[in-house]
Amino acid sequence: MVTLAKTGNEVMAEAMRQIDPDVVAAYPITPATEVVMIFAQFVADGLVGTEYIPVESEHSAMSACVGAATTGARVMTGTSSQGLALMYEILPIASALRLPIIMCEVNRALSGPINIHCDHSDTMGCRDFGWLQIFSENAQEAYDNVIQAVRIAEDPRVMLPTMVTTDGFIISHCMEKVEVLEDKVAKDYVGEKKSPYSVLDVDKPVTIGALDLTDYYFEHKMPVIQAMKDARQVILEAGKDFGKRFGRPYGFFEKYKLDDAEFAIVALGSTCGTARVAIDELREKGIKAGMLKLRLFRPFPAEEIAEALSQVPNIAVLDRSDSFNAQGGPVFTEVRSAMYNRNAKIINYVYGLGGRDINVAQIKEVFCQLGRADKMPMVNYLGVRE
Amino acid sequence: MSKLLNAKELLPCDQLSAGSAAEFETGDWRLGEKPVWHPETCIQCLICWIACPDVAVEVKDSKMTGFDYKHCKGCGICARECPTKPNKAITMEKER
Repeated sequence: MVTLAKTGNEVMAEAMRQIDPDVVAAYPITPATEVVMIFAQFVADGLVGTEYIPVESEHSAMSACVGAATTGARVMTGTSSQGLALMYEILPIASALRLPIIMCEVNRALSGPINIHCDHSDTMGCRDFGWLQIFSENAQEAYDNVIQAVRIAEDPRVMLPTMVTTDGFIISHCMEKVEVLEDKVAKDYVGEKKSPYSVLDVDKPVTIGALDLTDYYFEHKMPVIQAMKDARQVILEAGKDFGKRFGRPYGFFEKYKLDDAEFAIVALGSTCGTARVAIDELREKGIKAGMLKLRLFRPFPAEEIAEALSQVPNIAVLDRSDSFNAQGGPVFTEVRSAMYNRNAKIINYVYGLGGRDINVAQIKEVFCQLGRADKMPMVNYLGVRE
Repeated sequence: MSKLLNAKELLPCDQLSAGSAAEFETGDWRLGEKPVWHPETCIQCLICWIACPDVAVEVKDSKMTGFDYKHCKGCGICARECPTKPNKAITMEKER
């Protein structure tokens, strides 16, 4: 293990170099540009054996990934925001065909208005496309998650595409201390890609992606639903083994000072780092604050989340995207459903749209408002001039 | 139509077996007319075999031997393209 100073994008590219995928097809977009740009340099320098396909759009990038993956190749890509949105048409085809494509997705607000900074609207927009979605709090987690994602996605019980997300600029462009595995150690952990078929195998022809109407479409969706359920066990095994080998265990989520908490927030991504500081300062004043940091959004481990929050009477769920007059943001609706029939007051804060900063004082204010949670609206907007 | 499989009986990872179109019998799409072959007129040019969009012209040892009515959709292209004169070797006739 070596300790390096790297940005989130650099360290995702580094993970890709160690994984050495057979094919990468990508179209650069801010703030994910560097992930595939640095990787393209690795290809040019001969450090990887990857076939790099520069394409004319993200729609083509994901289409090329799907085509390559049907041959049994290990395939990766990276994108953000509008780029991810341009891939939307192909994303559910990748999951339906059970192709374990790995995507480094750097969260950025969807246009419009046009914006390049972080929120989670791009990733949340494809939450029901059959992709696993793993969120990272910092560059270290981004690296660890990409390495684990390959093993999780390619497990025969899963065989689903997976996106590992970081927060645009906050993680993607900030330099941090990151512990990177030795190449061989990383490769050993990831393992060899095995595929149940290859479209290039002329001795064992298969039909892929045929028209599927009222008589079979539903049946073909059921294995995807089952695989997403089964992925939970695989994620736990991969995270536990990662911890055993490298000292950094991973699960569905992380509890931060949660066990005796009277007030807790639930959040995804880089905001959790800010929240730790707020919680520490509140704890010094004797306020029992805590956090449940979610790592997975798909699959969504609802029972385990409800169990982890079962002793907390006041909960604020932080959403970095809005669902426009649904019953709160996407994280809130999931968490609140998971907590149905439980005795907790749960409210929602939508924050940070378009990269609007969220600071320690604001998170402390959320905890403060949780003290009178029953008087607060169900959905609140944090840090906006109303 | 063969028995419908349930979700657990499907091949893993959305594979479908190759070459299974033969199991889908499109012959019941015909709307009242079918091609009839007249071997005494046929010159074995195989233009019908080339033109048929459904591989429904049966050929054995490079000779036209008749139609596969389980798959023929009755489009009539074979009868139209048949070059024999004055009598065609393929005519479209009403089905009962």
